[in-house]
Amino acid sequence: MKLYRSHILVCHGANCSMKAPQAIVQAFAKALADNRLEDEAKVVETGCFGLCEQGLTVVVFPDGTLYCKVKPEDAAEIVTEHILKGRIVQRLVYRAPEQPKAVQTYAETPYFARQVRVVLRNCGVIDPDSIDEYIARGGYRALGKALTSMTPATVIEEIQNSKLRGRGGAGFPTGLKWRFASRAEGSPKYVVCNADEGEPGTFKDRLILEGDPHSLLEGMAICGYAIGSNKGYIYIRGEYELSVKRVQKAIDDAMAIGLLGKGILGTSIDFDVEIRLGAGAYVCGEETALFESLEGGRGEPRIKPPYPTDAGLFGKPTVINNVETLANVAPIIENGADWFKSTGTVNTPGTKVFTLCGNIVNGGLIEVPMGITLREIIYEMGGGIPNGRRFKMAQTGGTSGGCLPEGMLDVPMDYDTLAAAGTALGSGALLIIDDSHCIVDVARSFARFFVHESCGKCVPCREGTKQILRTLDRIAEGKGVPADLQNLEVLARVMYKTSLCPLGQTAPLPVMTTLKYFRNEYEAHIKNKACPAGVCAAAVD
Amino acid sequence: MADVKVDISKIDEILDKHKDKPGPLMPALQELEREFGWLGPDVLIRVAQRFDIPPSKVYGVASFYTLFSLKPKGRYVISICQDAPCHVLGAQAVIKELEKQLGISMGQTTPDGLFTLEITSCLGVCGVGPVIDINGEVFGNLTPAHIPAILAKFREKAPAKEVGR
Repeated sequence: MKLYRSHILVCHGANCSMKAPQAIVQAFAKALADNRLEDEAKVVETGCFGLCEQGLTVVVFPDGTLYCKVKPEDAAEIVTEHILKGRIVQRLVYRAPEQPKAVQTYAETPYFARQVRVVLRNCGVIDPDSIDEYIARGGYRALGKALTSMTPATVIEEIQNSKLRGRGGAGFPTGLKWRFASRAEGSPKYVVCNADEGEPGTFKDRLILEGDPHSLLEGMAICGYAIGSNKGYIYIRGEYELSVKRVQKAIDDAMAIGLLGKGILGTSIDFDVEIRLGAGAYVCGEETALFESLEGGRGEPRIKPPYPTDAGLFGKPTVINNVETLANVAPIIENGADWFKSTGTVNTPGTKVFTLCGNIVNGGLIEVPMGITLREIIYEMGGGIPNGRRFKMAQTGGTSGGCLPEGMLDVPMDYDTLAAAGTALGSGALLIIDDSHCIVDVARSFARFFVHESCGKCVPCREGTKQILRTLDRIAEGKGVPADLQNLEVLARVMYKTSLCPLGQTAPLPVMTTLKYFRNEYEAHIKNKACPAGVCAAAVD
Repeated sequence: MADVKVDISKIDEILDKHKDKPGPLMPALQELEREFGWLGPDVLIRVAQRFDIPPSKVYGVASFYTLFSLKPKGRYVISICQDAPCHVLGAQAVIKELEKQLGISMGQTTPDGLFTLEITSCLGVCGVGPVIDINGEVFGNLTPAHIPAILAKFREKAPAKEVGR
């Protein structure tokens, strides 16, 4: 491998892909050639850095200078000033809104300084298409360790001791799931990666798939060894074309050098991975609906039990884990459960990847220790609320999560605390909404989503989602009656308790929490026929 | 487009490629959708015959997923996200502008066959909403003012014979 004194990392995440990264890469290549620096500095196309709002972002190593909003015409200046003369191009460095002094390295920005990158350890740092770069950063060492110095039982024990919990939303202990599947009768067994990331506001799995695909494959192979499976499927949503391309290349490269396929690393262990695509159905993120879809049917959830670890894909014992969960596996095997537990909270160790969107200065993704507060995420890392507006509410866990008001900004972010607050950590999506928005209007947007995505199999969800939307429409139009609010609450409770799968169970969460924390706004629409925020038609009267 | 005769041997070629996989129906329908741009009745019936499953099951699956289309679409499919993260950043105004500029509603195709407007589920680029996707090309941080230039770009790209057809 050729060595360079400097690396210019150009973000190729999907957000930055809209800003002509290829033209920027070419401009850098040309500027390096013009200055005869092509043997000294290398341009690397990386996955997402996470600071999407400031795209296109470029980081120059070894010093780690972060340049924001870079355009092709800036490349020559960065090369002649920074690479040639060692002077930072001040006009392009990141400036945090509250800090007039320009921040220079990406590690110094408030956005990155508080992050602990376990899952995203390689995202934005390596070329995701290069297996060599993944290996150079310690990749596949954990797989080697598991296969050559650990038994399947000790691998499961290590994962169990780490207290890793599923990062897809439900927070089920990963090690326990593996143990159930390893003990289950039946063969073959399957490892399925749930990459059907459809929760609005969530794009963490996409950024892992695009930015570090091998970390997922390594986690799957370790799981396969642990439970005695030699076949893995990655179910990726059909909209994620770039993810599919990157993961397929990673599979091919790993197969070619014996890190996947037959006789991994010279052992007698086999493990194949195949990609299957979703076709635009949110409900397929539910594990049994995903199996139905993968088997070639309508993505309708099954009744549980039996659980996937006994009878999952094709009726066989199956471990199904989220992308982020699997990306945690290799670091745990390599560094040990105690290392993993040194971050996060007692009941939920480790880190969590959050995606920030809505009315926030720094939209993008961050990885932080579990237990960080919402206030720290929004104001210290996210840069606060733009345009001089005021925070109104945050929805945690995506559209299927609940909404928290300003008074709850200090709640620690972990599964159990948020569940107690009536919401969910879920996928880690954080939708921030400012005071220009109307609660009823926002709740309608959530309700529309669930009407479209309900699969129709069970009555409470199929009919309940429609009735919620119909009632909210009426309230927004100034035609609501006082009984509507009680009816919404009863309906929400029935859906929560009787729906077949988590889609119908969580669909009423946004309504339940906004009714709890912002009831006066609903009442204003009904009693005064007025929309306090001036958004709904009710305000026209 | 609806009157174009579908080549049965092309369908069979695609189906044979997938028939030995466990769970062949989804990958087969996905490739057929890519090949023909939509899944017409003749395609679905052929799938049922060839895989020896009831046509009702094939239709049930094809109609379940939003990425399968049961009617032909325009050359450029404009998919816009109206989920909450895009909604709070102004997606409704962008939707209205698209409908106004093209003179059609969501779910419809322009009479010249050039554009189809449809609502998509979340595209996962919420950091830069509101977002639209036109045949795989994504545009973010949109306001209504951006729409005319984007449409003009695709009108220019379209083969001359298709415009005003």
